[in-house]
Amino acid sequence: MNAMPPAAPPPMSLLAELTHRCPLQCPYCSNPLALDGRESELSTAEWLRVLDQAAELGVLQVHFSGGEPMARPDLPDLVRFAAGRGLYTNLITSGVLLTEANFRALADAGLDHVQLSFQDVDAAPAEKIGGMTGAQVKKLAAARIVVADGMPLTLNFVIHRGNVARIPRMLDLARDLGARRVEIAHTQYYGWGLVNRAALMPTRAQLDEATRAVEDARARLGPALAIDYVTPDYYADQPKPCMGGWGRRFVNVSPAGRVLPCHAAETIKSVAIPDIRTASLGEIWADAPLFRLFRGTDWMPEPCRGCALREKDWGGCRCQALALLGDAAATDPVCARSPAHARITEILDSLPDAPPPLVYRRFGNAPA
Amino acid sequence: MTDQPAPAGPDTAEQAVVRFMRGVRLQHDRVRDQWVIQAPERAFVPDPVATEILRLVDGQRPVSAIIDDLAARFDAPRPVIARDVLALIAELTGRQVLTT
Repeated sequence: MNAMPPAAPPPMSLLAELTHRCPLQCPYCSNPLALDGRESELSTAEWLRVLDQAAELGVLQVHFSGGEPMARPDLPDLVRFAAGRGLYTNLITSGVLLTEANFRALADAGLDHVQLSFQDVDAAPAEKIGGMTGAQVKKLAAARIVVADGMPLTLNFVIHRGNVARIPRMLDLARDLGARRVEIAHTQYYGWGLVNRAALMPTRAQLDEATRAVEDARARLGPALAIDYVTPDYYADQPKPCMGGWGRRFVNVSPAGRVLPCHAAETIKSVAIPDIRTASLGEIWADAPLFRLFRGTDWMPEPCRGCALREKDWGGCRCQALALLGDAAATDPVCARSPAHARITEILDSLPDAPPPLVYRRFGNAPA
Repeated sequence: MTDQPAPAGPDTAEQAVVRFMRGVRLQHDRVRDQWVIQAPERAFVPDPVATEILRLVDGQRPVSAIIDDLAARFDAPRPVIARDVLALIAELTGRQVLTT
């Protein structure tokens, strides 16, 4: 080996985005606007190599995601290999392709946990968001299959102004289905979510009501149901510690093999996007300019650089700074100390009373 | 079964057999040379005392045997060890790591 720069601590988690194909079209999807087509997807052999390198590097948990990862017929092979390498295996799925038979194959392969997305509690609004008729009944069936097996299940609800009032019923549904965890996660406004921000962003009053509903459920339901609550940071005074710090805990591999510090990092155009087909995960993690760009605190401008919280929030979110201010190295504007914080107030003050039409997430549907 | 359930005092608690919940495990992290608890959507590092206790959780032996094992290996009175073990089991049962 050549002399390497000081080693970055190894990543804890790998998000393996196996495909961008998905039967659903949720307008807050975390996938990028430019979706990878099937023809560009990594092969089974390439994914096995990624998983092997991840385990070698020190990744502890692999999250098989998409798109809909169950659209890949090789998913049980990937799970079996990952489990054999000691990785904790999590399937992040819409559930609409899940059957007794293909779930059995995954459980036998060593799958540890399922995170199942729901768009809402009632079929009509859920299927309006997901853009797929008949999805809700399939999701309910999927939840029951997982719980009947005894595998831990997390339900994930993405929250927006159209479903925020139904959080208490979402939590009841999670309890009734026998989920061990539930995520009440407000939309994050990147990519498709940013395109649809005016249609999705709740009001401050709605956010406060959502927070009360979660606190009430925690008191009511106790520790049997763990509730993860994620707020929209536009209403915060301090930025979130995005990904636990850039290039610090988390690595994402896209369907086409691009290696990213977060889902949205392809929006940053100032350096090349590393490619798993031409370098190893370890080399990319340690050395790729994209991973070094905002790692640690040396890149920070003021007021971040001198801030006592700089190793708590790691400067917030780089993709948000880029999306809202045009500069990925700027202080995250949701921080009250940001010189551009007024931009957030302007956005919130200009939300329309009537939501505009949704722009659905599908191939070729991104605005120019 | 008795007609009246006994109060869940230390003796009853020591007879219990604990195991990791499905989807949760203790695992040695070779790269960082430490033990980690792998659980849904999180991995965390137990402190050294918790690690010694959890390495004995196998879903077979009762809590009393875990305490006996530790009492034989560590220089502390059995009641002190028993208190630590029972407190850890109570805490990790509440956090959906262990179950009886």
